[in-house]
Parts: sequence; C-alpha cells; structure tokens
Amino acid sequence: MAIADNWQTVEVTTDLLIVGGGMGGCGTAVEAGYWAKKHNIKVAMVDKAAIDRSGAVAMGLSAINQYVGLCDGENTVEDYINYVKQDLMGIARDDLVASIARHVDSTVHLFEKWGLPIWTDENGKYVHEGRWQLMINGESYKVIVAEAAKNSLKECGAEIYERVFIVAPLMDGDRISGAVGFSTREEKFYVFKAKAVMLALGGAVHVFKPRSSGEGLGRAWYPPWNSGSSTYFSLMAGAEQTCQEIRFIPVRFKDAYGPVGAWFLLFKSRACNAMGGEYMVERKAELQNWAPYGMAKPIPANLRNYLGMLDVMEGKGPIFMETDEAMQKIADAYKDDPKAFKKKKKELEAEAWEDFLDMTISQAILWAGTNVNPEEKHSEIAAAEPYFIGSHSGGSGAWVSGPEDIAHPDYFWGYTNMSTVKGLFCAGDASGASSHKFSSGSVTEGRIAGKACVKFCIENTDQPAVSDDEVAAWKEKIFAPFELFAAEKDKSSDPHINPAFIRPKMFMFRLQKIMDEYVAGVSAQFSTNTPSLERAQELLTWLREDSANLAAEDSHELMRAWENVHRMWQADVHVRTILFREETRWPGYYFRADKPTMDEENWKCFANATYNAATDEWTMTKREIHHLT
Amino acid sequence: MPSYVNPEKCDGCKALDSTACQHICPNNLMVLDKESMKAWNQEPEMCWECYNCVKICPQQAVDVRGYADFVPMGAAVIPMRASKDIMWTVKFRNGTVKRFKFPIRTTDEGTAVPNGGYETAVDDINAHELFTQPASIRMDAMWTKK
Repeated sequence: MAIADNWQTVEVTTDLLIVGGGMGGCGTAVEAGYWAKKHNIKVAMVDKAAIDRSGAVAMGLSAINQYVGLCDGENTVEDYINYVKQDLMGIARDDLVASIARHVDSTVHLFEKWGLPIWTDENGKYVHEGRWQLMINGESYKVIVAEAAKNSLKECGAEIYERVFIVAPLMDGDRISGAVGFSTREEKFYVFKAKAVMLALGGAVHVFKPRSSGEGLGRAWYPPWNSGSSTYFSLMAGAEQTCQEIRFIPVRFKDAYGPVGAWFLLFKSRACNAMGGEYMVERKAELQNWAPYGMAKPIPANLRNYLGMLDVMEGKGPIFMETDEAMQKIADAYKDDPKAFKKKKKELEAEAWEDFLDMTISQAILWAGTNVNPEEKHSEIAAAEPYFIGSHSGGSGAWVSGPEDIAHPDYFWGYTNMSTVKGLFCAGDASGASSHKFSSGSVTEGRIAGKACVKFCIENTDQPAVSDDEVAAWKEKIFAPFELFAAEKDKSSDPHINPAFIRPKMFMFRLQKIMDEYVAGVSAQFSTNTPSLERAQELLTWLREDSANLAAEDSHELMRAWENVHRMWQADVHVRTILFREETRWPGYYFRADKPTMDEENWKCFANATYNAATDEWTMTKREIHHLT
Repeated sequence: MPSYVNPEKCDGCKALDSTACQHICPNNLMVLDKESMKAWNQEPEMCWECYNCVKICPQQAVDVRGYADFVPMGAAVIPMRASKDIMWTVKFRNGTVKRFKFPIRTTDEGTAVPNGGYETAVDDINAHELFTQPASIRMDAMWTKK
C-alpha cells in the first residue's frame, strides 16, 4: 500500500476560495465577507500557518508605506501614479496603481478604527515618516488585520483552514476549479473545489543564496516562509506573468537587515563610504546614463542602490549610515536648551529602537550584541540578496485586469484583478506591475479583488468540473517524496546522503548557488550576461529533472520539498524574463553586462511570460505600456 | 539557535491540543517532544526571529539567542506583551540595559468590526466603491479617471 493511501482525502466545495491569509488574503476576507453574505456566496480561506501571525507582516511593521492622504489634499492619485512609475524606471501599470491608490486611504482609516495605533501630532494629523509613509506602533498590525478578516468571515459563515499547505491549482480547461494541498498537522490531503480562487501566497525568499548561510540563513529581509508559491500557482494555471525580471534588492543595516527608513527619512541621516565619501553626491553624474528616470526626483531605489554598489565594487566599502552625525545635527538644533534636548534625545532613541523592535527584532539583538549606541558611532548598511516582492519596489507577479473605469482596453478583461485565467484572481505579491502597494496597498488590493471575486461567482454560477484523475495524479505526485524516502532510505547508513534521492534543504542550496553565481546574486556583484544566464538554464534543467527525486521524511519536510519546487519555478521564469529583456533597466537590481544600457525605444514595455503545463512550452511577449498620466 | 526553549519552564502546554508556540510559528518550526513534553525548534536556521513563539508562551519558556554566525554573544532582547502594550528589555553585551514600552493596539481584543463603523452607501456589487466607501475615504466620492 502506498503511503499516500494513509492520507485521508478531504473535499471542500465552495464558491470563493481565498488561498493565503496574509495581508492580501485578509483584505479579501474583509471585503468579500460583506458581499458574500449579501449575495449568498460561500467562502473558504486556507493558510499554511495561523492567520493571526502569517505572511510578511507576521512580526509586525513600524510604518505604513502607502497612504496618499486624499482627504487632506496632501497628494492626488495622479501623484502616486507618477511616483511609482518613476521608481520602476517607467515600467508600471498606471491603472492598477491608481486602483489601489484611490482606495488605500480608506483601508488605513479602517486599520485605525480596528485598533492599530497610528501616530498623530498635536493637531490630530497623522505623523509622516516620508511623503507617503505613516508612523505606527505596529507590533500587532497583523493580529489586528487578521481579527477583522476573521470577524468578516464569521459573519458570512466562511470556513477557515489553517496549517494546510497549498501545492497547486486544479483546472477545468481554461478555468480555475480549485486547489490541492495537504495538512502539516494531520494526515489529510485537501481538495478544494471553487468557482473562483483568490491567490495571495506571497513573494519569494531563498531563491538566491542569502549573505548568511549558517544559522542566520533564516534572517532574510523578507520572511523565509514566502517561497514563490504565488508564482508557481498562477504559472501552472497558465496565467500570464509580468515583470518577473524585476526582483527587489533592499539596502538595509547589514546582516540583520533592520529598516533604514526612519534613519533616512525621519532623522535625515547620510550614507557614506569607508573613505567618508557620499556616493549620492560623488556619483551624481552616473544618474544621467539612466535619464529620464535618473534625472527626476525621487531618485529610483534601484539607482540609489547602484551608486552604492559602484562604491563597493571599487573597494570603497563598507557603506555606513552616519547615525552619529544625524543625532549630532539634531542636538545642535537644541544647543540652547539642554533640557529640551535631553527629552528629544530620549524620544529619538525610543523611535530608533522601536523601528527595529516592531519589525526586525534581530537588528536590536545585533546592536545590543555589538554595543551600538547610534549617537556614538555609525552602523554598516549593505545591499541584501534579491527577493521577489511585487508589493514593494519589485514588480513580479501575474498580469491582471484593471478596473473598467480606469483601465485601457488592452488592460481590461471583465473583472478587476482577474488574471488571464478565468476565475483566478491575484493580489499583493501575487499580482505584478503594481509596485509600491506595501502592506496597506496589499490589503486594499485584496479588498478590490475580493469584491470582484464575489461578482464573478454571482455571474458564473456553474461549479467547474474537477476530474478524479487530476486529483489522483496530484495526490500521487504530492506524496512522491514520502514514497521515495521509504523505498530508498535503507540503502545508506546516513539518511541525508543517499544516491537515490535529494533532501529539500540541499535542493534549495543547489538552486541558490545557481542563482547567486549566474543570475546576478550577491557573489556575482549583482551582474550577469547571456552565457551566464544560459548556463543557469542548463543547470536549472537538471535541477528540475532531479526534483522528481526529492525525498521527505515527514509532513514538515514534504512542505519544504514543495516550497523548493515553487522556488525553482520562480527562478526559471526570472531567468527567462531577464534573457528576454535585452537591456539593463534597473542597474541596482541586476546589471546585464552584455546589454549594459537602457533601451527606451525597444524595451519601454512589459516583458511577459506564459507557461503551458500541457505542452511544457513557454511564450514570451512584449506588452505595450499605456500611461494614464 | 534563534528561538530556543528553556526545559525548566516549558510544560508542553499540556492542557492544550498543541503547544502555543506550535500554533503560532509562521514557519512551522516549533514541535513538541512527546516523551519529554518539551517544545523545541526543529529548524533553527529557518527561523526569522519573529518572536511570535516568545511572545505567546504562557510559561515564558521561549527565548531567542542571536544567530551564532554573525552576532557576538551575550546580548538579549526580551518582550513582555500585554493586551494594550509591549515592554522590551534590551541587554547589551557590555551590560547596558535599556527598556522601552510601546502601545500595540487602541481597542479591546476581538472588537475589530470589519466595516469600522463606516456604513455601506453604494450597495452595488457592480460599482467600484468598496463596501465602506465613500465614507471611509473621508471624502464625498471615490476617485475615477477624468
């Protein structure tokens, strides 16, 4: 008897299935709950963790990075559109950015009502960290949002499944029909049948080798549980992908990756190289090579990265955040009032530490472990390894429909945030070309998609077919690592070293080494070229073949096996899209040394990719950019 | 080992179906050894140090030791999370101790009402307004393309 036979198959039939309970999924729950109750639509939500603390905001956050401030006339929707496409070197879907920007304040106001402490000044106005950023006491940000989501689901009678890892989509021809996965706590194989699926499974971490590869392997900037599942799910469903070349590389405090936003924006700190030179000043001329984006303000994140990287490549590292100088400047402003300064200093110190304690506690441990007092000495910053995070300053994700009242006809196909697959909706890190939505925008996009999902269920009442053969094939495939381990484990006295199989951890390291060395990772100084990319493809082909030899001993390791398969496909579409786009457009994200300049004439467009699982073929397409402003 | 469990304090949450740390870990790292009835982190190198296991432990048995491959030894960061605020104790390698207290929420646990009190004005599934709008935007109307 096969091991898989011991696993009970549980079937759940619903109208709307929300896959992933992070910020995007919770946004959907909040919005869809209302419309589902009104229209008698059945909803289910599934998460591989506990919704209270799942997803990218599980630890907390110290700021809300997208608040437009429409009601105070601070900014306009058009301002946000212009900001996003400037940062992404012209590559953004204005309609999607506008769709989120027009609704995001509404979501932030809800956060405040739900109980999130948002800082206010003496006049009751929100305290801004930057033009679009609000300061919060965000330790319980996710707990609060999850609470509203769960209350909404309760009101519409929805079911919640926690600790169920979703592996893949189920298809009825060109329409999504559900998803399959397994519990990491009970011997249960889940088959979800749905009319519409809302996908919000996060971005991808650990596709590239991290800077720390010992115990600190898990201290990535983005959480290690974001394993490329959104990309895998929508790819396998046949959904067109966009911006899969646009990875994100954050520059953060070195090693623990603590946030630098408060230091740059709130305390006005400078970043200098080891010789005391300021790369943003000394290398200003370089920005002309990336005009018009390099010449406009704010300077795109990737170009700021690039100027610092040039310093490091020239041997001028490390780069330091001049915290002592910033604190001294603040002290100077209070030089005639020592009492007021003492109070201000205490305030600033608490703000600086809270920035870490709310969202990157490791950075507090590192500062404590290295006796850092920011007013006494500067602290090192560095570029992290690449991540896939369409919600931040990356752009990767599925190609989705815009809203009818905003979108160009090329960008509209029936339902807002629906991918090119009928019934499959995407939000947060799962949808592409709508960067800079962050946490608040991801909840907002989840809400937009949530309403559209319910509309889809009302207008498409038939339950798509789920074939028994498809389910049986997935069950066999999903549990294959168990069978292989059981069959072969006795052929070696060491359970990890066995010629018949590869364990998930080594499989991940193999992927990371390929991506790091050939696809512009940290060791390659974020640089690549066509032969390197082709070598990566050759090595990835063998990796894919060997994925059939993944072995797992228990359900936790089985989840790791499938997470790493998801990462591998994220890597695959990334390499293909970098190869397809024959230019360098984001030099501080990756530098393509054989195509070292930006080509506005031929490549100011989206580079999209589609995978056909039936034929194992890829289609690469250019899509035109239609700007709104 | 990023998060680790003090065996003297851990009681395996014996009154619960699963331990609190098992319930909350976003990366499925915490497990219970059924024989010793002590929890442990099964994959410390996949730990993000999110501290959710530390904050939730009813026995205060879970702690974090900085990543051994880049953090000098001797520091500790210890939270005490209550219903409205969190208190942090930061101990430096050189013995310095700092304490911070920050609010975590302004409302009672469980009371987050989905609509936040913003009534539905455009009750139409075909409209672009979300169910709390336009009230929750604090404007008369939602933005659209001119």
